[in-house]
Amino acid sequence: MENLPRVQFTKGWWHVADLNINFAGIRSPNPFWLASAPPSNSGMQVHRAFEAGWGGAVWKTIGAPVLNVSNRYGAWHYGGQKMLAINNVELISDRPLEINLREIAEVKRAWPDRAVVVSAMVESKPETWHDIIRRIQDTGADGVELNYGCPHGMSERGMGAAVGQVPEYCEQITRWIMEVATIPVIVKLTPNISDIVMPARAAVAAGANAVSLINTLNSIIGVDLDTFEITPNIGGKGGHGGYAGPAVKPIALNMLAALGKDPVMRASKLPISGMGGISTWRDAAEFLLLGAGSLQVCTAVMHYGFRIIEDLCDGLSNWMDDKGLATISDVLGRSLHRMSDFNDFDLSFRSVARIDQQKCIRCNLCYVACNDTAHQCIDPIAKDGRVVQPQAYDISANGKEEAVNTRPSLLVREADCVGCRLCYNVCPVEDCIQMIEEPSGRPPVTWAQLSESQREVTEDWEEMKKYREKMGIDIH
Amino acid sequence: MTDIPQSAAPADALTELLPPLTPNEAAVEAARCLMCYDAPCTHACPTHIDIPKFIKKISTENLRGSARAILESNLLGATCARVCPVQELCEGACVLGAEHKPIAIGRLQRHAMDFIHGKETDLFPVSQPTGKKVAVIGAGPAGLSCAGELRKRGHSVTLFEKRELAGGLSTYGIIGLREPVEVALAEVAMIEKLGVKVESGRELGAGVSLADLSANFGAIFLGVGLGTTPALGIPGEDHIVDGLQYIEQSKLDAPNLVVGHRVVVVGAGNTAIDCATIAKRLGAIEVTMVYRRSEKEMTAYPHEYDFIKREGVGFSFLTQPVRVHSENGTVKSLECLRMSLGPRDASGRPSPQPIAGSEFLLPADQVVKAIGQQRPSLASQLKLRTKSEFIQVTADFETSLPGVFAGGDCIRARGAASTVMAVQDGKLAARAIHERLVARG
Repeated sequence: MENLPRVQFTKGWWHVADLNINFAGIRSPNPFWLASAPPSNSGMQVHRAFEAGWGGAVWKTIGAPVLNVSNRYGAWHYGGQKMLAINNVELISDRPLEINLREIAEVKRAWPDRAVVVSAMVESKPETWHDIIRRIQDTGADGVELNYGCPHGMSERGMGAAVGQVPEYCEQITRWIMEVATIPVIVKLTPNISDIVMPARAAVAAGANAVSLINTLNSIIGVDLDTFEITPNIGGKGGHGGYAGPAVKPIALNMLAALGKDPVMRASKLPISGMGGISTWRDAAEFLLLGAGSLQVCTAVMHYGFRIIEDLCDGLSNWMDDKGLATISDVLGRSLHRMSDFNDFDLSFRSVARIDQQKCIRCNLCYVACNDTAHQCIDPIAKDGRVVQPQAYDISANGKEEAVNTRPSLLVREADCVGCRLCYNVCPVEDCIQMIEEPSGRPPVTWAQLSESQREVTEDWEEMKKYREKMGIDIH
Repeated sequence: MTDIPQSAAPADALTELLPPLTPNEAAVEAARCLMCYDAPCTHACPTHIDIPKFIKKISTENLRGSARAILESNLLGATCARVCPVQELCEGACVLGAEHKPIAIGRLQRHAMDFIHGKETDLFPVSQPTGKKVAVIGAGPAGLSCAGELRKRGHSVTLFEKRELAGGLSTYGIIGLREPVEVALAEVAMIEKLGVKVESGRELGAGVSLADLSANFGAIFLGVGLGTTPALGIPGEDHIVDGLQYIEQSKLDAPNLVVGHRVVVVGAGNTAIDCATIAKRLGAIEVTMVYRRSEKEMTAYPHEYDFIKREGVGFSFLTQPVRVHSENGTVKSLECLRMSLGPRDASGRPSPQPIAGSEFLLPADQVVKAIGQQRPSLASQLKLRTKSEFIQVTADFETSLPGVFAGGDCIRARGAASTVMAVQDGKLAARAIHERLVARG
């Protein structure tokens, strides 16, 4: 095997896209790094991950001495799908520091083209941090990631999230580190905070080279209905653990975009390493579009193994080829300019749902969703054109022919549709319900503009009523 | 025929064909269900089981609730899960059928029913006793359904069954491959547990008289099914084995069932297919089904026809048996005539016409007939009004004798007779009887 070329998915002959990245000076052949977590716990694992094609790895956090417990992972399964999310109470590396440092050096020597970043977390003292940063630098690692996010075990000892949740601590400790750092420093942010922008700005102020997000969220994964124990059960007890996996992706995207929109962060030009629920190349592309310059993956690897890197790269390359995007920089932040907020949405924008009768399988999920919980604007229509009620069939009815042939079709009363898009979301058939843009006949106006030009309308229901009448807005 | 040497069949030749779903298989399959609103599967089910409801309960691991949701609409949910032609009913109407695989509704229903099988669970509260008494004649699906539904409403119900075992065709007439005897008997036990009194070995017209019943019960329900297999009316008839008895013996006395090496089954309905299956699986080398019309007119469900072809059974269509040849009491062959299809007959199907001089011999050492069942003889005995020789009933399932109701195969003059239709008849008749009894006060 030694003589064979290493797996290089980034430039297969069938791909045009260049997946190489340069993240704050850390280079890797593709943007996919193992996140600092169990998959990057040892030299043997990282070596195998690189063989599989991973672009980089953030070594599982090294630092203060720890001991772990059993039953450290819980998981949330839904609708037959395993591991929509995982939570854990595993601590930072429980392997001796010396062994980790030696293996980091070995891996880096063997894989000069891959990104080897080391996550660290030690007691909040300048000398302790200076020491660990120097020792990491001695391994030849490409960068260091400061774990200010671990929400369990370490935070109780004044580390991890205990630092990340206080921007002042975050800034102070990062300053100590920057005093000795000779390689890029990435500050990893905790999402367990009301405004993610604050610790990120602290990292900027301290002179960090990059930030990464999100670390795991505080969570209780469940309660056992037979024993009434907390899941997972740790010797009769349970507690909050870090929540990760596909279910957290929307939260991560929101925090990523929040940094992308923040003027201080924009001015700093600090790159952001994105993570939180990346499972497929599609997730990856979304993170890139919202400004993530490198991508870290953990739960999906813990579910399926290192091999998932193949489709992450292959799918991303094919998509970039299809879209005519040559490099990762061409993708980076491409959707950020569309990030806005409610104040600036066009209140005159109107769309209505339309059901494709050819594609509709008549499951009636749109009907019941609209009728019970939205705006009652989908009608079941019998063959003769009459609007009928559900369950209108005779008790002696039987057989598939009758059931299928007499089944009403579903029609949206577009005049009454507010375009809420609930039916679109519940429809199980691809492209069956479409949201059709319909001219509202009103000039574009945002809430911000309305508040400025006709403040009374935004503050008084009577004025609002007059405004609606004038504009022809009818809400039934 | 006793001198036919028997070949050894595997012991599990006629055990239930489909294995039960594992809990995980059931969970995955249940999760596939879209939970249609006003679902077409429920519409297509003759008993209108709320199928999305019971499937959702499987996916939430509420199996007791799931079983109850099934039994609320169909007390014979365990039998129906196995014998229903789901391809023509619920699964045939599944919205996922067009481009995906329909949900395995039958097997999920079996999963839920298997869960409560044998458990000492009171699934239904029985209403306060009404003091009204109802006699149900025949402990097949219609009778069991009717008896159970009446009992739930607080009436005192006695179920008279002429055979030794209750369950009707579920017990005696459906091969074990589709429904083991134990399932049918467990269902009977569940009905008994509701408080229905079952008296077996009691036959109306033979020890039990209508006059006695009328004197002692407020209403009577007839769920008597149909009669025996009619005669073919050909020479050598006494050498022909009755298909229903063939099935019955395969279920209750399999070691003593004589199966030929070359078996000819006369008929092409679902019972004929069951007979051919038994023969093939219990050691016959060659099994041929003969039918006087063509493939298109056969009454077996398409999925049953597919099944029997895969079993390796041969067909001789447009073939009419005319004589059984035997030597020293041993069948040697079945003499047949070729047929051609002529104009449509009263059944709406092209009538088979014999082709003169087309006689030929089908070698056989066993001939089994499964050509339907005779019309209910009780109808004429009790002087009930009939329709095409079936008992005629009103929309409320009442016969021409006031207070005497009927349902199941004995009234099914039109449409396919099936267990699930019988269950629905029994259920609807019970409602009508209940209203009658309550109104009478």
